[in-house]
Amino acid sequence: MKLTQGCFSFLPDLTDDQITKQVQYCLANGWAVNIEFTDDPHPRNTYWEMWGLPMFDLQDAAGVMMELAECRRVYGDRYIRISGFDSSHGWESVRISFLVNRPPQEAEFELVRQEVGGRAIRYTTVRKPAAHASQ
Amino acid sequence: MNAHTGTVRGKERYRSGVMEYKRMGYWEPDYVPKDTDVIALFRVTPQEGVDPIEASAAVAGESSTATWTVVWTDRLTAAEKYRAKCYRVDPVPGSPDSYFAYIAYDLDLFESGSIANLSASIIGNVFGFKPLKALRLEDMRFPVAYVKTFQGPATGIVVERERLDKFGRPLLGATIKPKLGLSGRNYGRVVYEALKGGLDFTKDDENINSQPFMHWRDRFLYCMEAVNRAQAASGEVKGTYLNITAGTMEDMYERAEFAKELGSCIVMIDLVIGYTAIQSMAKWARRNDMILHLHRAGHSTYTRQKSHGVSFRVIAKWMRLAGVDHIHAGTVVGKLEGDPNTTRGYYDVCREDFNPMKLEHGLFFDQSWASLNKMMPVASGGIHAGQMHQLLDLLGEDVVLQFGGGTIGHPMGIAAGAIANRVALEAMILARNEGRDYVHEGPEILARAAETCTPLKAALEVWKDVTFNYQSTDTPDFVPTALETV
Repeated sequence: MKLTQGCFSFLPDLTDDQITKQVQYCLANGWAVNIEFTDDPHPRNTYWEMWGLPMFDLQDAAGVMMELAECRRVYGDRYIRISGFDSSHGWESVRISFLVNRPPQEAEFELVRQEVGGRAIRYTTVRKPAAHASQ
Repeated sequence: MNAHTGTVRGKERYRSGVMEYKRMGYWEPDYVPKDTDVIALFRVTPQEGVDPIEASAAVAGESSTATWTVVWTDRLTAAEKYRAKCYRVDPVPGSPDSYFAYIAYDLDLFESGSIANLSASIIGNVFGFKPLKALRLEDMRFPVAYVKTFQGPATGIVVERERLDKFGRPLLGATIKPKLGLSGRNYGRVVYEALKGGLDFTKDDENINSQPFMHWRDRFLYCMEAVNRAQAASGEVKGTYLNITAGTMEDMYERAEFAKELGSCIVMIDLVIGYTAIQSMAKWARRNDMILHLHRAGHSTYTRQKSHGVSFRVIAKWMRLAGVDHIHAGTVVGKLEGDPNTTRGYYDVCREDFNPMKLEHGLFFDQSWASLNKMMPVASGGIHAGQMHQLLDLLGEDVVLQFGGGTIGHPMGIAAGAIANRVALEAMILARNEGRDYVHEGPEILARAAETCTPLKAALEVWKDVTFNYQSTDTPDFVPTALETV
């Protein structure tokens, strides 16, 4: 399964040159850039691990790209995403978020159905154990 | 034309009989609206021979304290405070028989937090008043003190995006078609294919409630199976607007509760359920972590013609106060009415915290929203992937783009239609962020993305010549002109 979270998951994986341009777009808007990684990309997992603090006050995307290279070196077997955070009033949240690294074997989810009253079903999305996940 | 007509005061004012509205205190050209006044702007078309000032004063009177004759019981009240005051009347540019009347209402005239109360005054009896040939409510200014008495959007754009974990691009949706006739099981199939393909949302149409071919519980059950399947297959949050519109509030609450029980993140209502029902559902949505989608069914009966009715910008303002999260606000390029400048005004009403006066967009007043949540505008009706650059340019990124026919009508199937739309969108956002002139290079950017995406290639081919170029009926009355500067 190709995980399709983030802004550009339906395009071919972004090259470093393309990532640099998106980071530059964030910086031009005055957004803080954050690198996060996880081995648990469940759709409801909000809090991925932070690779250091969000980068405030940067001018050049090169700084972010260096951090990304370092993060990939350590956590290249996980999902890594870059996000741009806008602190302006009335927003104060993420403005853009996109994947910049995928593990060699992508996560797979399956649906657990619990049959309850009437015909209703309680759904739970769970991670398939890696051994059972298809390539 | 804004001259005094001599308001009669004191004992003379209350002599039994009939008196012109403009002499009763409803025309006060010196009046300076207070920061706490509600202001309404009407387009007044008087019957032939009726003085425009008198007609405008009558609108102020009939929408506040007046009746057709003088009544002594006015003297038991602080009548001068409660009288709405028309303070300015301007001829409408290019329209010799109609006038813009500005009318100020004291805040005490309105119950806090009630669109029903507000609208009963402002668009009540006055719209049937005989001396007027036609009347249109063009715009309103709400004081912060009044705005703050409303809940506002249950969720708002920011929290909606946080819950969905989707940032930096318009959301994608599709209305399930055919809108009537599918069984629950078949309907859920369309939902599943569209969401699995790559859309964020699917949507019930406005008239899908509970009919012989598909009762509501069946629809909800099959749709939620589809949503959850698609979510597990993509690792992304998905939703479907379950329309809970019904004949009674009790039925609507029952449907809303069932949607919640099944784990839906969003429910939907139609504008025709009425303002009070909308406010009730907005409160329910806030209490139950639910996004509330509003389909503006019925609005064109009174918003479309410029001479009579209520402008959609007023409806949009009322709905932001009432507390819906999504509102259909036009596409400009699609199949339904929508002048670009007027539509821009609606979008600003939905999404900005402060709207400066902008006559060329139809916004007649500065309006502060006092940090009320933002509403997500929804663009729906006759749009397709080939227009992606125009849609992004005209509507921005905080919008739901709904490609119903443009998804389900795809020659390779529903999921392929969804893929085409998502790829077109992401390619356009990528290009925009890279600083490319995406509006002009749009067709080229799409063609390039289609090289690695057969469904997009097919979509561009099928709908390449589809446009809806008709004259809009609801257009701004003002155009900006360049002033010569020394």
